[in-house]
Amino acid sequence: MANLVAQAYKSEVKPTWCPGCGDFGVLAALYPALARLELDPAKTMIVSGIGCSSRLPFFVKTYGFQTAHGRVLPVAMGVKIANPDLTVIAVGGDGDGFSIGGGHLVHAVRRNPDITYVVMDNQIYGLTKGQTSPTSPLGIKTKSTPFGSADTPINPMAWVLASGVSFAARGFSGNPKLLTDLIVAAIQHPGFAFVQTMSPCPTFNNTYDQWRGKVDSLPADHDPGDRLQAMAQALREDAIPLGVFYRQVRPTLESHTRVTDHPARGGAAAGFDVRGLLESYR
Amino acid sequence: MPVDRLLLRMGGESGTDNVISAGDVLTLSVARSGYHVHTFRTYPAEIKGGPVMFQLRVGVQPLPSLGDQLDVLVAFNQEAWDLQHADLRPEGTLIYDPAMQEVPDGLKGAAYGVPLDGLARDLNLRKGKNLIGLGALSALFGFDFNQLQATVKEKFGTRPEFAESNRMALLAGFEWVRKNITGDIPLRLVPPHPREGSALVMSGNQAIVAAALAAGCRFFAGYPITPASDIMEELAKRLPKMGGAVFQTEDEIAAISAVVGASIGGVRAMTATSGPGFSLMQEMLGLATMAEVPLVVVDAQRAGPSTGMPTKMEQSDLNIALYGAHGDAPRIVLAPRSVEDCFYQTMHAFSLAETYQMPVILLSDQSLSHRTETLTMPNPDLVPVAYRQRPSGDAEKYRRYALTENGISPMGVPGFDPTPFTATGLEHDETGEPNYTPAMHTAQMDKRGVKFERVAELLCELESPLGCQACGVPEETAEVGVLAWGSTAGAAREAVEELAAEGYPVAALIPAVINPLPASRVRYFAHNLKAILVPEVNRSGQFAAWVKAYTELPLISLNKYGGLPFTPGEIRAKVRGLLDEVTHG
Repeated sequence: MANLVAQAYKSEVKPTWCPGCGDFGVLAALYPALARLELDPAKTMIVSGIGCSSRLPFFVKTYGFQTAHGRVLPVAMGVKIANPDLTVIAVGGDGDGFSIGGGHLVHAVRRNPDITYVVMDNQIYGLTKGQTSPTSPLGIKTKSTPFGSADTPINPMAWVLASGVSFAARGFSGNPKLLTDLIVAAIQHPGFAFVQTMSPCPTFNNTYDQWRGKVDSLPADHDPGDRLQAMAQALREDAIPLGVFYRQVRPTLESHTRVTDHPARGGAAAGFDVRGLLESYR
Repeated sequence: MPVDRLLLRMGGESGTDNVISAGDVLTLSVARSGYHVHTFRTYPAEIKGGPVMFQLRVGVQPLPSLGDQLDVLVAFNQEAWDLQHADLRPEGTLIYDPAMQEVPDGLKGAAYGVPLDGLARDLNLRKGKNLIGLGALSALFGFDFNQLQATVKEKFGTRPEFAESNRMALLAGFEWVRKNITGDIPLRLVPPHPREGSALVMSGNQAIVAAALAAGCRFFAGYPITPASDIMEELAKRLPKMGGAVFQTEDEIAAISAVVGASIGGVRAMTATSGPGFSLMQEMLGLATMAEVPLVVVDAQRAGPSTGMPTKMEQSDLNIALYGAHGDAPRIVLAPRSVEDCFYQTMHAFSLAETYQMPVILLSDQSLSHRTETLTMPNPDLVPVAYRQRPSGDAEKYRRYALTENGISPMGVPGFDPTPFTATGLEHDETGEPNYTPAMHTAQMDKRGVKFERVAELLCELESPLGCQACGVPEETAEVGVLAWGSTAGAAREAVEELAAEGYPVAALIPAVINPLPASRVRYFAHNLKAILVPEVNRSGQFAAWVKAYTELPLISLNKYGGLPFTPGEIRAKVRGLLDEVTHG
């Protein structure tokens, strides 16, 4: 699949996002990442949940599966265990991943499947037209919180680090070049790779200017092998640091739990003689 | 008195008397001797403590149900007598431990006080009471002692120290009876009919596991829940050695999600759960219908609603199996009728799921999950192993959700077929792209509906073992019919076969495919009947309502909902009443 250009991954389906949506930047960063890794579209699957950002699989010419709201990670793990040779990329939003699907995140993190998970975080529910999300700032006035949100937001980066994630990075849709590098590193990482992507919603929570002013590189001496340093960076409130926070290599889920007898390969799954097993019940 | 079948129950304290393990080993031993068996057990939801009982029905003929009144009760303690004696026939035999309980007053039958606890103390065995009891039963009722010894050795440990103490315990019970109980034993089992080789002894859950493997299932995801957990545990031992995987998830939503993922990844996949977990799975079942993903869900029903009674049986999840997810979401529902049928229907479930690319629900229940039965070697070749139709021809022209005549469209396998597509729970056009136009929604609804109607056409005329089971007198001459489903089949069959043998005009029909209902077959069954009884273990008559919706037949419900299965006598009594009404009415 040499010499694949980014354009080759673009499907005929036109994105449904609002003009100026941060998710365009994420998509623009994803195509060249797939091209740089020369991923075969027939051996790649992008899995998503429900939400604006979860529409992404339709716009890419790989296998795709838009599942149900919040269920992207368990579905993606099923795909990966069943078919470990596939490159599996999970995508979704902050509501999908941290609210309705939040219970699955920590379990995906601890099992460490070789899956890249790109969360497009806009700190709002966009598809349902503007309600507070688990990453919305305290006090935010939205359609569902007309007097201001009383809930302290989740810090996704600190959360996954505390749960023992093996790769964690943060990008910004306003910086697609860096985001491409981060997605490439995430896909190359042998294990669960979490990429928080700050991706503003210009329609319901326009944070472009605010975030442009706050994004920053991780310090030049940041050591991604040091979880405490990563946590300190995750907890910063003065800036939104971008880059690879943490990286650690440990055994993956599918290194011990995987299907090798895949029916498409022929083999016993296509005709296992059960009589021997039944004999043991005499 | 020689008898050709015997119903024996042992009751004791959970975690102390080891009644279940004794029952299982006795069952296997008598089955190896050539008898047919059918067991039933109840146990508390707690791990230690609480009453537990094991019931063994053993005979020279096949035994479709758990039977009615007990011939023999073995009470390991006072509580066992208190709880179980109402089920003992008036002239039934009691075996008890004089140290543990008083001799009850007013017994018509024989009572044998065997010092189980005392003999265990003499032998310095902390946990041997159950084996002493088995030795005593062997001497009393004629169960082959050598076979029992060999089976105990095989199942309870061949290490010399275990083997020797177990042998001593069995022998102590056996010899005590030989020495101390003289005269005629009221019941003695006649020798078994000779047959070739011994039968298999399996539980419903074990049969489901074997069939899933035979059907090519290589992925299981699940979350522990009674009474389905042992399906996961058994597969966890076997699948990794066969190139498959078992994935214990954080909850049942994740379990069904992983199954959906594995299946779209190209692997035949299954989960097993019970009511509370099945409730959680509904949304993903709807996705599997919409995205046309083959999968099998076993719902081992237990008494509900809510947490209900985890260790008790009920047939009350039919409605959720039929109607569970939102939207117009057809899915196939199969209900196995016996342990053997658990094997065939599980294979059938995979075959249908793969062929029609939709979820198939297998409605088992707690009594079927854990009861054991003798069965002859099932024939796996009766159900062809199917795999989803895959794309062929020009990959450029491939459309995942192509509108075909039979509704089935080829499903590309990622990593193997050069035909990438995006599956979705959104309504979509033929390529999979979201599409909300009235014309496309109508067309895709029809695609999913037509597929399902093809299943109905295909299965309607199907007879046993995969389709309808019929028994009793020929349907044309029957006056009262019994329409049963699921594990109630055994009691219904036994009641109807006995009545028919006695000359009563009674027949039964027991479908295995509940959705789509074989409606024309049911109508044919009903066309000459004067009354149709539908026995089921739920309060609202879910199956009766379902059959009425399809056929508008007048049905009479017989409902039981205490957590226990029907006995043949309960169905027989109701049928007798209906016979009186229709003949004298």
